[in-house]
Amino acid sequence: MKYSGRFGDYGGFYVPEVLIPVLEELEGAFYRFYEDGQFAAELGQLSRDYAGRPSPLYHAKRFSEHVGFNVYLKREDLLHGGAHKVNNTLGQGLLAKYMGKTKLIAETGAGQHGLATAMIGALFGMETKIFMGVTDIERQSVNVHKMGLCGAEVIAVEGGTGTLKDAINDALRYWTAHVADTFYLFGSACGPHPYPTIVKHFQCCIGKETREQCLEKIGKLPDMVVACVGGGSNALGIFNEFLEDENVKLIGVEAGGRGLSGGRHAATLVAGRVGILHGAKAYLLQDDEGQVYETESVSAGLDYPAVGPEHCLLKDSGRAEYVAAEDDEVLDAFELLTRTEGILPALESAHALAYLMSQKDKLPGETVAVVNLSGRGDKDVSIVEKRRPKK
Amino acid sequence: MKTYRQVFSELDRAALIPFFVIGDPDADTSLAVVKTAIDAGADVLELGIPFSDPIADGPTIQKADIRALASGMTVKKALEFVRAVKDYKDVPIGLLMYYNLVYQYGTERFFSDFHRAGVNSVLIADLSIDDADEIIAPATSAGLDTVFMVTPNTNTDRMKVIASKTTGFIYAVSLLGVTGSRERLSDPVEELISKLKKMTSVPVCVGFGISKAEHAATIAAAGADGVIIGSRIVKIIEENLHDKENCLAEISAFLSGVKSAMENRGKTGTH
Repeated sequence: MKYSGRFGDYGGFYVPEVLIPVLEELEGAFYRFYEDGQFAAELGQLSRDYAGRPSPLYHAKRFSEHVGFNVYLKREDLLHGGAHKVNNTLGQGLLAKYMGKTKLIAETGAGQHGLATAMIGALFGMETKIFMGVTDIERQSVNVHKMGLCGAEVIAVEGGTGTLKDAINDALRYWTAHVADTFYLFGSACGPHPYPTIVKHFQCCIGKETREQCLEKIGKLPDMVVACVGGGSNALGIFNEFLEDENVKLIGVEAGGRGLSGGRHAATLVAGRVGILHGAKAYLLQDDEGQVYETESVSAGLDYPAVGPEHCLLKDSGRAEYVAAEDDEVLDAFELLTRTEGILPALESAHALAYLMSQKDKLPGETVAVVNLSGRGDKDVSIVEKRRPKK
Repeated sequence: MKTYRQVFSELDRAALIPFFVIGDPDADTSLAVVKTAIDAGADVLELGIPFSDPIADGPTIQKADIRALASGMTVKKALEFVRAVKDYKDVPIGLLMYYNLVYQYGTERFFSDFHRAGVNSVLIADLSIDDADEIIAPATSAGLDTVFMVTPNTNTDRMKVIASKTTGFIYAVSLLGVTGSRERLSDPVEELISKLKKMTSVPVCVGFGISKAEHAATIAAAGADGVIIGSRIVKIIEENLHDKENCLAEISAFLSGVKSAMENRGKTGTH
């Protein structure tokens, strides 16, 4: 491997020997095409005409009135597929194509990354397999159907709790046996090097646009940027552009599930301890001996016991602050945005909105907060109905 | 305490190395299984400490990990288990496990505690040679041998580095994939053995996918110093969860069969 893939002491590539040559090949290809003009031009064109970039920055005035300060939404929910995931799948899918790979595999939790991969499999004519836990298949059945319609095969993963962690385990196992022709299109800024770097690279367009749009619309940088954190790709994608701007507060919101005290949550950075899972050293939810905990969250996309290594470094350095929002607060935020703006946020993104609601009347009225509205909530309507039945 | 060096130099055939998950399906049965394997002629034992997320393992060993964890196996109890095995007979023991369990215990303390209990080496499935420096110094100072994996897609330069850092034996993975029984041996395995034997004098043991006595005999004949069999015998445990006696009998019969197949074919490789 050319680079260590470390963010401080975090990250690295803790994988079985059999995967080292393929990660090396991927690293080589990424850095080769990274600055390749043709690659960049093709990705730029697809990002615009296929995915719908740039996404708007929207001043959510009625939601702002409710919390008492200015809230702007970075509308990644308007992208093709309904989430920021397409930024990464277009980039990695194109990389796979340039590398001459003919098959794609991916893991998925909420199904958004699976769907975004299935779309790209259809676009590039590649055979696509999506690994998805049985619990997630049940709670995200609409996305499962969409993946099938795009021609992808959804492989039900029964191990563990049948969620994202188990899907990654099985995708890694499958990859181990099919390294020659298969590209593993990893969905978040975690896992072994070079994935955290690759995923951030393809997601940092979010922050670049946000910065320009803020300067253009508001005439200044925001006071705070807020994003939900599962693996952490949408958060890194928007944080990255503001890392040097020390006056811009960066807030990552993790899944507090049923509450931190009861242990039924997925707030890795808030409540975890450093360990090694899925190829990287990072904060991890685990017992005293290092067995990985089963996590819980109303949002399948955040239901993951580890987190991207760069977030671990940002937490330790204090550059970003990480908090948790519990399921009930998240459902409140989902309902509030829907009722005040007519925008259904993904339950993942609703975590970031829940943080803003917790700051209601605590911040000066001129405060400008940008939320990465990383996905749309259509996929979550049945979950919300179940958890908040209409009286 | 018997060393790998002693075992490999004393044998005139390939070593028989069964793999079990400690505590599968429970601590008592697991110990009985390991004793049975020793009685059936195991020359070295490869033991796994169960982990919640075994990414290098196929379904059979994943299930064994789940059974062992559900029965309450822990790292601390695994230490007791190793002592109990060594009390029964001085057979070298290699642990095969995942990094997080070592890391959380504290790498230095883990190595010294387990070496004192009777372990000869700790192979960490998700730690490649690139990060071997995190474990080589503490392993060596604890008195452990080092064991690393080589796979069919490992390039020659890398193989040389791996061989140079290995003091126990090279764990040659016979195929591209995770653990699990296969009907046939993969093509590259004989090539891999011969390449490694030409490159290094460190013993080469072959594992992954070996499910029949004839597989073991073929690998022994190709010059391997040891044959590691895991999923095939872990499957016997899975199939006999309610019949301990039959489980032990089947494991004994299978391993005896493998051993005699290897004896008949001898070690006719590149020595």
